[in-house]
Amino acid sequence: MLKVNDINVYYGSIHAVKGVSFEVNEGEIVTLIGANGAGKSTILNSVAGLLKTKTGSIEFKEKSLLGTAPHLIVSKGLAMCPEGRRIFLQMTVEENLEMGGYTRKSDEADASLIDVFDRFPRLKERRRQQAGTLSGGEQQMLAIGRALMSKPELLMLDEPSMGLAPILVDQIFSIVKELNDAGTTILLVEQNARMALSIADRGYVLETGKIVTSASAKALLNDDAVRKAYLGG
Amino acid sequence: MDFILHLINGISLGSIYAIIALGYTMVYGIAKMLNFAHGDVIMVGGYISFVVTANLGLPPAVAIVAAVAVCTALGVIIEKLAYKPLRAAPSLAVLITAIGVSYFLQNAALLIWSSNPKSYSSMFSFEPLRLFNNRLSITSVTIVTVVTGIVVMAALTLIISKTKMGKAMRAVSEDKDAAQLMGIGVNKTISITFAIGSGLAAIAGVLLASAYPIIMPTMGSMPGIKAFTAAVFGGIGSVPGAMLGGILLGVIEIIGRAYISSELSDAIVFSVLIIVLLVKPTGLLGKKINEKV
Ligand SMILES: Nc1ncnc2c1ncn2[C@@H]1O[C@H](COP(=O)(O)OP(=O)(O)OP(=O)(O)O)[C@@H](O)[C@H]1O
Ligand SMILES: [Mg+2]
Repeated sequence: MLKVNDINVYYGSIHAVKGVSFEVNEGEIVTLIGANGAGKSTILNSVAGLLKTKTGSIEFKEKSLLGTAPHLIVSKGLAMCPEGRRIFLQMTVEENLEMGGYTRKSDEADASLIDVFDRFPRLKERRRQQAGTLSGGEQQMLAIGRALMSKPELLMLDEPSMGLAPILVDQIFSIVKELNDAGTTILLVEQNARMALSIADRGYVLETGKIVTSASAKALLNDDAVRKAYLGG
Repeated sequence: MDFILHLINGISLGSIYAIIALGYTMVYGIAKMLNFAHGDVIMVGGYISFVVTANLGLPPAVAIVAAVAVCTALGVIIEKLAYKPLRAAPSLAVLITAIGVSYFLQNAALLIWSSNPKSYSSMFSFEPLRLFNNRLSITSVTIVTVVTGIVVMAALTLIISKTKMGKAMRAVSEDKDAAQLMGIGVNKTISITFAIGSGLAAIAGVLLASAYPIIMPTMGSMPGIKAFTAAVFGGIGSVPGAMLGGILLGVIEIIGRAYISSELSDAIVFSVLIIVLLVKPTGLLGKKINEKV
């Protein structure tokens, strides 16, 4: 479904992503794990069109995404829930969700709104509240709900568990799993490698801009080097 | 009775400032730039309406529509040619470009219409409203200005809070990248903002020229600066702030001129601004700037 081939991404003279290739097949949960600054967000932002790649190709459903303006990507079926949530704090919960469905016809967006409210009843209770007044966990649910409003075939999540209490982390991961069971393909970036690998089908390990290992999630969970570096031994 | 008249005149002048300030503040909120050529768009609006009535002999309604249409297009073109190539440039470069655009518009007007002031006949010439046995007489321009101000502010508030386009504008103003991830076209949104702001500037131009019936190529500078002040006063980037700031500034200016000193009225206006900014640096209704975590 998504094929990233040998991309290189720079910030000025900083070479942040070095010849990275990976793919995500329909129906999978694929995770990219790696330490701070490994280049995970840079890769997702490149796929979403927010960053330009210097070389390489990115294909989604057999069509190149390179050169496509970022705002035209979501209607192709690819949504991203960015790092740090990036919800619109000064807009209400419902307005945030409406923005998530911006590219869709209003009746389709209305139907998605009902789905999202079913999945996240808390958001429904708080629909008229300013997003900035939500708790961290609620904000993360809003960020995910907002991304779901476009009814994506592939959902990219950048550290959805960041800054959340353990109980909420569990909840977020089980939501991700549910979404996948309901048919959404997932590309998940996480520092919480154990959790990510526990729900993923496959994983890639990223170190300073390069992919150093890729295997099934199960194999990675049992890989000595991975255990040492990312799973606390 | 005098006080009431001054107050009404202040609200009228303030409505004009508010209409101009809305353009400044919306562009600032969405494109994060100070469009110092905004005042000169007012002047273009004044001249276009003048040409349509005085030179072509068409009715005022046509003149107003023409002024709005030309200025709306002008705003969009200025943004495309002058500012869009500088999206990623440092803000100083954008500021200097805006000043350049301002000079360009003024000089183009000089070339076309010469530096001689032209006398402008009001677009609104119905009988003044007389109240309290003729002790209070409110001119037609004042009435139209206040009513226009109310309509513009109400319409804009409605557009921004309720329509899909308005919500997209707020989304872009809060977080461009996140807005793009939603499928909102940032370039299109910025164009729309310039279009609305410049259309409003044309309306302000017609109102201003009708109230102070002389037009010349530099006529937009001072109201532009005052309206910019009003936008900062109310909290730059805030739409209700621009409205409040504009009205207050107009009232302070007129009352100050009437009761304190006509020479010092501008000084009073700017003193109030400085005091407000000292007490509340973000302006009256300005939002605290969210720090990125
Ligand atoms: N805007 C930027 N300008 C310059 N360098 C940047 C910028 N953004 C990221 N980098 C650098 O690129 C590298 C990769 O950053 P990236 O944000 O992709 O890492 P990450 O894997 O997402 O890290 P984290 O887990 O902390 O989110 C880092 O070395 C970072 O310092
Ligand atoms: Mg990151």
